[in-house]
Amino acid sequence: MSMEEKKEYAEQQIPNPAKGGQHLDPEEIAAISPWKDTIRRLRKNRFAIIGFVIIVFFILLGLIAPLLTSYTVAEQQLVNRLQPPSEEHWLGTDHLGRDIFTRIAYGARVSLQVGFFAVTGALFFGTLLGIIAGYFGRWVDMIISRIFDILLAFPSILLAIAIVAILGASLQNALIAIAIINIPIFGRLVRSRVISLREEEYIMAAKAQGMKNGRIILHHILPNSIAPIIVQATLGFGTAILEAAALGFLGLGVQPPIPEWGQMLADARDFIQLAPWTLLAPGISIMLVVLGFNLIGDGLRDALDPKMKN
Amino acid sequence: MSRIVLEIKNLSTHFFTDSGEIPAVDQVSLHVHKGEVVGIVGESGCGKSVTSLSIMQLVPNPPGKIVGGEINYKGENLAFASEKRMKKLRGNEISMIFQEPMTSLNPLFTIGNQMREAFRFHQKISKKEAREKSISMLKLVGIPRAESIIDDYPHQLSGGMRQRVMIAMAMSCDPELLIADEPTTALDVTIQAQILDLMRKLNEEKDTAILLITHDLGVVADICDRVVVMYAGQVVEEGSKREILKDPKHPYSQGLIRSLPRIHEREQKLYSIPGTVPKPKLGRVGCRFAPRCELAFNRCFEGNPELYVTGEGRRSRCFLYDKQEGEAINDATTEAVIGD
Repeated sequence: MSMEEKKEYAEQQIPNPAKGGQHLDPEEIAAISPWKDTIRRLRKNRFAIIGFVIIVFFILLGLIAPLLTSYTVAEQQLVNRLQPPSEEHWLGTDHLGRDIFTRIAYGARVSLQVGFFAVTGALFFGTLLGIIAGYFGRWVDMIISRIFDILLAFPSILLAIAIVAILGASLQNALIAIAIINIPIFGRLVRSRVISLREEEYIMAAKAQGMKNGRIILHHILPNSIAPIIVQATLGFGTAILEAAALGFLGLGVQPPIPEWGQMLADARDFIQLAPWTLLAPGISIMLVVLGFNLIGDGLRDALDPKMKN
Repeated sequence: MSRIVLEIKNLSTHFFTDSGEIPAVDQVSLHVHKGEVVGIVGESGCGKSVTSLSIMQLVPNPPGKIVGGEINYKGENLAFASEKRMKKLRGNEISMIFQEPMTSLNPLFTIGNQMREAFRFHQKISKKEAREKSISMLKLVGIPRAESIIDDYPHQLSGGMRQRVMIAMAMSCDPELLIADEPTTALDVTIQAQILDLMRKLNEEKDTAILLITHDLGVVADICDRVVVMYAGQVVEEGSKREILKDPKHPYSQGLIRSLPRIHEREQKLYSIPGTVPKPKLGRVGCRFAPRCELAFNRCFEGNPELYVTGEGRRSRCFLYDKQEGEAINDATTEAVIGD
């Protein structure tokens, strides 16, 4: 086997019966880590690439916003209210004569942050509580599940309002509130997944091997429940942005004039017939970001499934 | 006889459900010598799996709980041992393989990865050593191309291969005792024979005691040294394989053996024991098999039979063998049943 063949072979990582079933050295196998392998397979998925491009586009947009536009987010030109898209204002202006493109670009910073931190927070605590409840069951499950039930019993936005009212109105507190109301959604999802996994024979086999609970959770339970978590996280991203918008609309989230897509959407509501572009720009932005995360999520799920390998 | 590895005395495991306490395992006693293959035979629901899970302290709790008895493993009572102690023993000294090889492996990790876990948990060895040991274990259980299979995922292997991997994992720390819960039930007959041969081979080479749980008398005939027959949570008969297959004492064992097809006899219809296993419940009076037994007489419905000694190392839970009943009934009725 030549060096080049070996390399290609290693890349494919398929047993090669034509070569008499020769196999790689342990060192070479170890070189292809599971992470690299996942990324390699993610790269093969065209939709995941599209999703990735969309997200990178918005991240860049947020980062280099000052280079792209000379306007500021709060600069009002009341004479130029509700202008349609033109060379001067790429996406038109809103009801206060602010440049929409500028606000979308700067808003990407805020909205991506809102989505990311709210989802990460909800995902972390929801997964943690869900695993504990599902795996240990009994009274632990009783307590955690009742807390989830109580959180879900409130209309989510009402709960968020209550939390923000207690903590005080700011972007950070809005994030915390959104994360909290999303915890039971992840928690219940993970819990039900763990309960069905707990009955799997490989969990019993792991116990029969003398494996400790923590190890079983990290090695068997968590990796096997990752797929629904990822899908829920990508979906939750969009909801989080919209919930932040709802809070902003009530004056409890992002404070004006900080641009936030959801807030922009809420502001533009009154001008839907007069100046539809004021609505379209933030709407399409939210849609694209959610789509981007969904595509990545789908691709990630497939890439993590060993049955889709080769 | 060599020394005893496992001795269970009057083990009772009950399930506490909404509809009451269910004695799934009721006063079961059995023992396994070093290097011996003991079969537990019985219909589904007779408590054989719960017995094996009780030994490992893996009975799902709630609702199950060991309520009494002793599980002596090399002189140490495990019935109420701490979870910490059990984790030390599981996989290291007592291993277990399960019925469904298709679901006994985590689908997300390679065979090598999962085998390494088994090694690294009980033995402090490096990744590389664990890998080499895993490969040699896979070779031992007769897996071809072990060096490549080790990097495969479970779904790439057939059921028989997976069961071999499970056995390799179970045997990786050289356990004293291997509990096999219907290891061949989900496999087809040719693979079944291979797996049994493999277990016999490991038993002979490594002198591992095996507690084999099965409902298949063919499997018993193949590899067991001794047999324990269970019915409705109780041991009803115990003896060497040869004696039980040739001369079963308990009417239930007789029925089981009669319901096997035989090569040299042309019978139109295969015998089957009438009725089904009764649901276990507390406070039952009378022999549990009595309602289905052709030989039942009054006493069977009134008193609970003990395990009566019927010969060298043989016991049977039937009033027919109670010395007080007299030899006369005993001879007359057993002749009638097995004199076919």
